[in-house]
Amino acid sequence: MKSRYDNEMELDFLSKSNNEAFARITVAAFAAQLDPTIEELADIKTAVSEAVTNSIIHGYENTEGLVKIKATLLNNVVQIEISDNGKGIEDIELARKPLYTSKGNLERSGMGFTIMESFMDEVEIHSVVGIGTKIIMKKKINKENNKEEIEEEKNALID
Amino acid sequence: MKTKFEEKNNVLYLEITEEIDHHTTEKIRRVMDNEITRFMPRKIVFDFSNVSFMDSAGIGLLIGRYKLIKLLGGAAEIINANKSISKVLEMSGVLKIIPIQKEKKVG
Repeated sequence: MKSRYDNEMELDFLSKSNNEAFARITVAAFAAQLDPTIEELADIKTAVSEAVTNSIIHGYENTEGLVKIKATLLNNVVQIEISDNGKGIEDIELARKPLYTSKGNLERSGMGFTIMESFMDEVEIHSVVGIGTKIIMKKKINKENNKEEIEEEKNALID
Repeated sequence: MKTKFEEKNNVLYLEITEEIDHHTTEKIRRVMDNEITRFMPRKIVFDFSNVSFMDSAGIGLLIGRYKLIKLLGGAAEIINANKSISKVLEMSGVLKIIPIQKEKKVG
């Protein structure tokens, strides 16, 4: 098999909330191959955490199902697909709105999609009610700019 | 989580010592609400020194505790938030009601 990507990986796990940390750490470790800055890695972790949490709370509404992640690296772009076979999103435009939450009673902030969209370069939402949801996110890791920043971060750590 | 109540100034320090996501917020929320209702402080200070990660679940957590302390006539502040946590805080607009106190204090 010859992959069209430089590297790719897939991960399936149960929709349990303690997998939120597992998922974001695993994806960050995979994306680390592109030499991102600490800040870029934090952005990726946060976006993954938001999407996985959405699948668990909204997609499966805390029932048991599988959350799937497929991540690929091509040149300096990491693409992350996070999908579930949950209940789907009725109104995607509404769900994207900052501060909108369908679960206000759970102290949810309604910032999930806003964070994904501002921390990643591209975010696509595909959803069919009763079938599931797939989020596709891309982030370009700017290697040239990063050399300086990585040096600065190293120096800061030494200090 | 570590908590410290400063009786002289009536300030409750809430030092979170784990990553904040949907999974961990329930436990953190329970401990914080317990401490807030126990001490009835004039001010709560969220100390982020030992928090390496926070997503939007943390925003919901902070706003919820802010509502509680406001009900008791108090205020809330944040100290020692790292760069990526500050980014999430800034984006959410939560800093308008819970400001970051620049001065570093030990909680």
